Amino acid sequence: MRQGWLGMLAVTLAAGSMVASTGAIAGTLDAVKQRGELACGVSTGVTGFSAPDAQGKWSGLDVDVCRAVAAAIFGSGDKVKFLPSTAQQRFPMLQSGEVDLLARNTTWTLSRDTENGFNFAPVTFYDGQGFLVPTKLGVKSAKELNGATVCVQPGTTTELNLADYFRANKMTFKSVVISELNELEAAFVSGRCDVYTTDASGLASFRAARSGNPGAFMILPERISKEPLAPTVRQGDDQWFDIVKWTVYALIQAEESGITQANVEEMKKSDDPGIKRMLGVTPGMGKMLGLDEEWMVNAIKAVGNYGESFERNVGEGSPLQLKRGLNDLWTRGGLMYAMPLR
Amino acid sequence: MVAEDPRVGGGRTPGRAAFWNDRDVRAVLYQVLLVLGIGAVAWYLIHNTLANLAARNIATGFGFLGRESGFPIGESLIAYTPANTYLRALLVGLLNTLKVASIGVVLATIWGTLLGVARLSSNWLIRQLASWYVEALRNTPLLLQLFLWYAILQGLPAVRQAFNPLPGIYLSQKGLVFPVIALEPVHAVMAALFVVGIGLSWWWAGRAKAHQNATGQIRPVLLPSLGLIVGLPVIAWLIAGAPFEPDVPVLRGFNFQGGAAISPEFTALLFGLVVYTASYIAEIVRAGIQAVPRGQSEAARALGLPAGRILRLIVLPQALRVIVPPMTSQYLNLTKNSTLAVAIGFPDILSTINTSINQTGQPIECIAIVMVVFLIVSLSISAFMNWYNARIRLIER
Repeated sequence: MRQGWLGMLAVTLAAGSMVASTGAIAGTLDAVKQRGELACGVSTGVTGFSAPDAQGKWSGLDVDVCRAVAAAIFGSGDKVKFLPSTAQQRFPMLQSGEVDLLARNTTWTLSRDTENGFNFAPVTFYDGQGFLVPTKLGVKSAKELNGATVCVQPGTTTELNLADYFRANKMTFKSVVISELNELEAAFVSGRCDVYTTDASGLASFRAARSGNPGAFMILPERISKEPLAPTVRQGDDQWFDIVKWTVYALIQAEESGITQANVEEMKKSDDPGIKRMLGVTPGMGKMLGLDEEWMVNAIKAVGNYGESFERNVGEGSPLQLKRGLNDLWTRGGLMYAMPLR
Repeated sequence: MVAEDPRVGGGRTPGRAAFWNDRDVRAVLYQVLLVLGIGAVAWYLIHNTLANLAARNIATGFGFLGRESGFPIGESLIAYTPANTYLRALLVGLLNTLKVASIGVVLATIWGTLLGVARLSSNWLIRQLASWYVEALRNTPLLLQLFLWYAILQGLPAVRQAFNPLPGIYLSQKGLVFPVIALEPVHAVMAALFVVGIGLSWWWAGRAKAHQNATGQIRPVLLPSLGLIVGLPVIAWLIAGAPFEPDVPVLRGFNFQGGAAISPEFTALLFGLVVYTASYIAEIVRAGIQAVPRGQSEAARALGLPAGRILRLIVLPQALRVIVPPMTSQYLNLTKNSTLAVAIGFPDILSTINTSINQTGQPIECIAIVMVVFLIVSLSISAFMNWYNARIRLIER
């Protein structure tokens, strides 16, 4: 930590903002229990991941992770307060303690894991960055985009990957960078930009739900980066990190073990010792995490297992119609692999 | 004045109170205590912040300024690629802000003054239109106005169907492109001679005024000034062989290549800021002109001065004393309002700082930078306006 004279000056000028946030380092679980609900940072409205409906009820893959964690702690998936954040607000919100868990299409990268002081729970969605173009432009590949104007949100890995890709392929582009997602998408639909780039799931979500005319847009085949989306917590609180991590693993393991939202009560009567341990019939794991022994039962009752959540929010049962692909279980060729719950 | 009481002091310098009762000592003591108190609070805040940052493993320090930025910036006055450092990215943002602020201040002043004078017009229609304009624009939020102008500009035709009012000039939703002359070495000389010409004509105007004050004879000022300002660069250009290489924009692929472009983000921001601030400046100008006693212009008319001379020589110099102080606030407002560029995609300093905060994860250092930058810019504007205000002040007896 270099604390030159300039550093001291900078900190003096802006130090007031940090005075209030002492003490939230360890003890997030206690703070959440005291508050009575989980403060969950979500997006401002990405269909399939975290979006409010007309009555203000939030749903999506990320929302389900938050509900599962809340159910594991409190027994009910409704004890969550959703705080929407733009791509630029999300990290200060987590760093300052305003939210306990950030489930917001956030890519797991080295710099975020180290410099920002975050820890990442297991990946809930393996994604890649893609390009969306109007079909009438007649472009078939990302290599034909030299000189294009690209709409992108600021403060994202998307922005950096875009610059890297065009540099690597010796192409130039002009960027239109707007932080409000609605304004950005309006600029793309109006034709101000030729290309819209974000994670392929975000493109599918926009095309299906917000573009107004899905047939007029096509996603180009190239995926120019790896974007593993994972829930994020602050460093320095291992117990909280473990709770979030193992809740996610629980959802994945439930699918692998055949436990669904409908049959979880029945599965408690199973003879399989592994399932008895997971569902708390054989006590022990809840206590190790600092939670109720029914933590996994409550989580699955709230949102179902990972496969059910996927299909409901972004899969065949949703407007996005995404295939499982990399997000399938390891037994079926995908990357979803829960660590042993024992 | 301490009373000269020989009973107090008991042996010390006669007339002085006890050490802890002495007014001067107390004054110094209180000031020292206050400084120590502020220092202690500051030290506590700094220490607390640094401890919290360390506990959360968040990086501190300004080392990130030397790192590669990695993100693109849509438009910049200097060369910039994502391979440049964060420091250069912030510099690009700062130049964009200064560009909008300086052009905006000039245009807003001109348009605001015209509006202010229009509100005092004897023509009922002009007066009413100006009033409606001022009331409408002053009472709606600036951010909404910016969104409106940006949405209107997005309604322009696509690049393939761009308007082409004059050969080489194209207006589309990607902006206004127009031909420029490719830079030649002689242009630097021409720019220098332009500045020299301005200086020379300033000097000539001063000489002519002194001559007029001394003898009453009027020497020509306008034509010689034009001759110096325009003529000198043109002579240099002709001597260099009259090089003329137009760079005409041509539609290739997605956009026009060549020429210079003004983006719709810049236009929307500039237009929005100018029309909004002009409505405030109009009121200030109107107040200033109305503050000049009516007797002044009546006396000037009695002397036979034409209306233009009355405004320029009698009314405006007195009105300026009332106008200039609030104008400073409006200029500062315009500069700070330019940070709303974040909402419509113009890469000003706040936009680049926001991206830097997100990519580096160091909000405190970045916010400190932008606060210091705005402090310097605003203080410069204020200093200049205060100097000008002092110059035109009424010298009271």
